[in-house]
Amino acid sequence: MLHLTYLIILLPLIGFSVLLLAGRRLGDPLAGVVATCFVGASFAVSVGVYLSLLQVNAPVRSYGQNLWTWIPVDRLQVHAGLYVDPLAMTMVLFITGISTLIHMYSIGYMKGDEDYPKFFLYMNLFVASMLILVLGSNLLVTFVGWEGVGTCSYWLVSFWFTRESAASAGKKAFVYNRIGDVGFLLAIFLVFEKVHSLEYSTIFANLDKIGSANITAICLLLLVGVMGKSAQIPLFPWLADAMEGPTPVSALIHAATMVTAGVYLLCRVNPLLHASPDASLTIAIVGAATAFMAATIACAQQDIKKVLAYSTVSQLGYMFLAIGCGAYTAAIFLMVAHAFFKGLLFLGAGSVIHGLHDEQDLKRMGNLRAYLPITFITFAIGWLCIAAVPPLSGFWAKGDILDNTWAAHPALWFVGIVTAALTAYYMSRLTGLAFFGSDRWPDTPDGGHELDAAHAHHADGATSEPHESPWIMTVPLWILAFFAAVAGVMAISGSNFSLANWVDPVFGSNLFANNLSSSALWTLAIVDAVVAIGFVVIGLRLWTTRSERPVLEGSFLRGAWYINELYDTVFGRPSERLAAFCADVVDPKIIDGAVNGVAGAFRGSGTLLRKTQTGYVRNYVLGITFGTVVVLGFMLTRMWWG
Amino acid sequence: MSINASWYLSLSVVLFAIGALGVLVRRNVLIMFMCVELMLNASNLAFVTFARTLHDIGGQVLVFFVLVVAAAEVVVGLGIVVAIFRRRANTTADDLHLMKG
Repeated sequence: MLHLTYLIILLPLIGFSVLLLAGRRLGDPLAGVVATCFVGASFAVSVGVYLSLLQVNAPVRSYGQNLWTWIPVDRLQVHAGLYVDPLAMTMVLFITGISTLIHMYSIGYMKGDEDYPKFFLYMNLFVASMLILVLGSNLLVTFVGWEGVGTCSYWLVSFWFTRESAASAGKKAFVYNRIGDVGFLLAIFLVFEKVHSLEYSTIFANLDKIGSANITAICLLLLVGVMGKSAQIPLFPWLADAMEGPTPVSALIHAATMVTAGVYLLCRVNPLLHASPDASLTIAIVGAATAFMAATIACAQQDIKKVLAYSTVSQLGYMFLAIGCGAYTAAIFLMVAHAFFKGLLFLGAGSVIHGLHDEQDLKRMGNLRAYLPITFITFAIGWLCIAAVPPLSGFWAKGDILDNTWAAHPALWFVGIVTAALTAYYMSRLTGLAFFGSDRWPDTPDGGHELDAAHAHHADGATSEPHESPWIMTVPLWILAFFAAVAGVMAISGSNFSLANWVDPVFGSNLFANNLSSSALWTLAIVDAVVAIGFVVIGLRLWTTRSERPVLEGSFLRGAWYINELYDTVFGRPSERLAAFCADVVDPKIIDGAVNGVAGAFRGSGTLLRKTQTGYVRNYVLGITFGTVVVLGFMLTRMWWG
Repeated sequence: MSINASWYLSLSVVLFAIGALGVLVRRNVLIMFMCVELMLNASNLAFVTFARTLHDIGGQVLVFFVLVVAAAEVVVGLGIVVAIFRRRANTTADDLHLMKG
């Protein structure tokens, strides 16, 4: 079935085309069902390809498919090629799987939206782009997918673009990603300059041709690229604003899949990173700093989706930390686990928002476990997963990363464990505020919130109690909760589920943690578990009893370290002044001056020359006669003295 | 006996000069028009003279061309003149300076 790999991408693309042509006619909910079916079919093909890939011997477990030659220009030969190996397969499986669930959930969540078919149109295109990204056999195909997901992200963040904030959030996401893309493009150029090929396999076979300084440069440029996509310092603020999009979008794009594209890309080029310890260290430091900073911000946010957004940034920081420490397997492990539990948490949050008639403020929730039992149970599983409480998947994934960090850079391990504590704390705060404590939602002023325009149809029951979501939304919650809980089995080495065995052909023996003694591993695991459980208890104790604790929610943290204000001062305002200067001085004075000056010169000379056109025949005749005399005289003198 | 060619040429020059002067100094459109004809015929005379002197038929051929062009010009020119006179009687060329820049 390996040769059907292209179908994985083609099916969502067909879904996209169908919705493009007939979306309006299909309407609500048929458009959503069609979209879900195509993504589901893509998942089915992925499973088939996975089973076929298992038949291939582990050391050479990969499959390349060259669809056509895309750019044949002299030495630049780019193929539209696909490449499946355990790493890409892992990505494809969880992307298509989670996409199917979130599409299904969206059928319920987006019900009643006037642009219902358009939503699924973008979602299908997004899934196709994401699959192109992970299946591309060279940097340029990956880049096509990279830009595709960025564009879909822009469309989906500003899906409710009539709302000013959503429109500007979309723009913000786009601009931040463009800044990163410059780095990615420069890295591609540099690779081509040195290797004259963009195929991953050729690049990795010619590492010695590139030279170590250039490898570091390429890695750092790629790091700039993935900083944008995966929301790392300094390009992270867009992800919090991206929460303006519909909640399924936040779950799929801004938690489970697109933002992990950066992590995937770095794992894909792991031979490059392995050849450049400097770049790896930079990545580790960036990751650790981002993880810590975002975790502190998440502790003080009021909007349920903002907390989850900063938590995503923080978890992505963890993945970068793992990559920087050479623990690619651990990064992939957390990525998969994170896709499950963060997708689950976002969908749970969406269910809460849905049930509360578009209320996103944590301070106006409380005691929801009594009203949304299914959402509560599944959300709680996600909460304990991300808080890394054993034996759920988060514990194993985060433990794996922390072990590797301890082995590679003990100082960064300390940042990591503090971040783990903060993670447990802020997620417990979130859960405590939303699901425990007293009912604060009746205080909601009527009609004051139009956060989800899609759910205007709920407005009739503005004072009614929170209600549980329909089955089409809760089934994906159950499935994700199941996988989030049991994904830890991938940590069991030697088993059929072992992620390390599975991706070993891709990463080889690039791991640090192997040299830790078993007693050290046990100690680290116990520290992790104690920290996680301890801070879960602290968080719950603090936030179930009271909903206001100003000391713990400083304005510095609430304002996200004032990063937006900083960028505004350093980049935004000077750019505005530059633009104003161009508008007020350069444009009217210099550009208009040049244009008007040329026109004026012609006008002036025309005014002068106009005087010669008297309209009197005699003047013209005199001119002709005079001219004839001059010409004749010239010729005669030439004859005499010539 | 034959008259020296220089006499013909002198006559041609005199006629041309009279024509040119007429165009320059007269205001009546018809007179100016006749002066132009005078200049054309002066040059015709010169052509014929040179054709006789140099035994080259080309000069006489050229005269026919000039005559044809002059005839055509008269047609157009007189047409314009008639059109002008129909609109305003007793006009001089100076009254027609619509093309003043």
